Amino acid sequence: MHSKQDKKPSIIWFQGLTCNGNTHSFLNLENLEKLLDKFEIYSHPSLSSIQNFHTITECSLECDIFIFEGTYDPLMKRNDVLVSKIVEYYAKCAKYIIAVGSCASFGGVFKASAPERNSGILFNEQEKSGPLLDYDSKVINISGCPIHPEWLAYTLGMIEKGREVEVDSLHRPIELYSNLAHHGCTRNEYFEWKVDTDGFGEKEGCLYYKQGCRAPMTHASCNKILWNEVSSKTRVGTPCFGCTEPDFPRSNLFSTKTNMSIPEDVPLGVPKRSYLTMAGIAKTFHIKRLEGKLIDYKTAD
Amino acid sequence: MARVTKEERKTTIISASLKLFSEKGFYITTIPDIAKKVGMSVGNFYNYFTSKDVLAKELIVYISEYLGENIREINDKDISTEEKIYEIVSMYFNMADERPEMIEYFLRVYLSNREVFGDGCEGMLCVSPFVTEMMMFFNDGVECNELHNQDFFSAFGLFMGYLGGMVFLFGEKILPEPLEWYKESISQNIYNALKTR
Repeated sequence: MHSKQDKKPSIIWFQGLTCNGNTHSFLNLENLEKLLDKFEIYSHPSLSSIQNFHTITECSLECDIFIFEGTYDPLMKRNDVLVSKIVEYYAKCAKYIIAVGSCASFGGVFKASAPERNSGILFNEQEKSGPLLDYDSKVINISGCPIHPEWLAYTLGMIEKGREVEVDSLHRPIELYSNLAHHGCTRNEYFEWKVDTDGFGEKEGCLYYKQGCRAPMTHASCNKILWNEVSSKTRVGTPCFGCTEPDFPRSNLFSTKTNMSIPEDVPLGVPKRSYLTMAGIAKTFHIKRLEGKLIDYKTAD
Repeated sequence: MARVTKEERKTTIISASLKLFSEKGFYITTIPDIAKKVGMSVGNFYNYFTSKDVLAKELIVYISEYLGENIREINDKDISTEEKIYEIVSMYFNMADERPEMIEYFLRVYLSNREVFGDGCEGMLCVSPFVTEMMMFFNDGVECNELHNQDFFSAFGLFMGYLGGMVFLFGEKILPEPLEWYKESISQNIYNALKTR
């Protein structure tokens, strides 16, 4: 007879080509212990685990949730066993497969080490042609570089409660990725009135026009579910790099690509002509409060 | 006979006032002059435009929309940027030929009487349809790698300043040839100045 403890869903967290960024990010989860209490951790790169790594690579266990971190390289070996064999085995027996991070989801940064060969586990950038095509319906992509710990906690929580995780066309949970990183950005008023920032790390100004901010084109809830519960990249004055999208990493991350001063990419779903009309009119007005330092502005001005 | 709609009446006033403003100047032209030209009472004129300043602003919006619509048609064509330049130059010169009052108004009233257009017509407010289409033209030209990627106003000034200058010379009767004669060489000059290096 199984005890209550045995009925907890089991997790194997396995790594391909990775920097461990998602592993480390997950450790920042505010209620990590509370969440872990609900699962059996068979294997994790840095948490106490029930099974040793050797057993995992023998492919004799079964698990409920298979978490894969890192870019998938079919020729890579772990413990002298091909990663492709290990991934195939656990993909087959697991009920859920979670790709954590943009490398596992789309190829990401480590795809560059062998661009023709490496990919995510289900997607190769935006194309669904990864090795786990046969297990398509089991795969949930939590993209990001790294993932926000709450994004994984949400997904695991839903699974643990037996609730369906609805996903978008790139297999990302809709609840987390239907927002744009732009939503909730504290610089939105500067975006509306087309006021640039003077540089990085400033409190004032928008980072979209010159500093390369991808927030209006990026599906992520970074400004809704804050990092370390307090902040986000745009809030501290660095641009969003669009790290949750399949084309990450792009080049020249700190500058906006323009065609004759016109942003090459405009906010998602907005026709460029409409954007230019609106932007041109907004730029006509000079809002004194938005042009100087916030701290210097006097209401009497 | 079909009854003239208010919109048609408004267009008649716009055409007549464009001619008067560009021929006589903005300050010399009075509302009674315009009313007389379109055959309506001064009182009735105010049913269409509440002041001369309001009319002045509507005129520039009218010209901007006219130019914007024409350039948009060119932008939407499946032709090279070089051909688009020729078509824009051609459209602009035809307009200067057939409806000189529109360009005259832009050059002699809008650009010369900024105080009239300060409130509610500043910056892009009244010229947005035209400037937006020029932005689209430059954006598309760079995107298909036919134009050199540079500052928008540097390119815009080169293009429109050149055309404006030629039309001004034409208006002053300084040009020895008709505008039509210059279309080809001017289009070529603009393309050579803006093309990918």
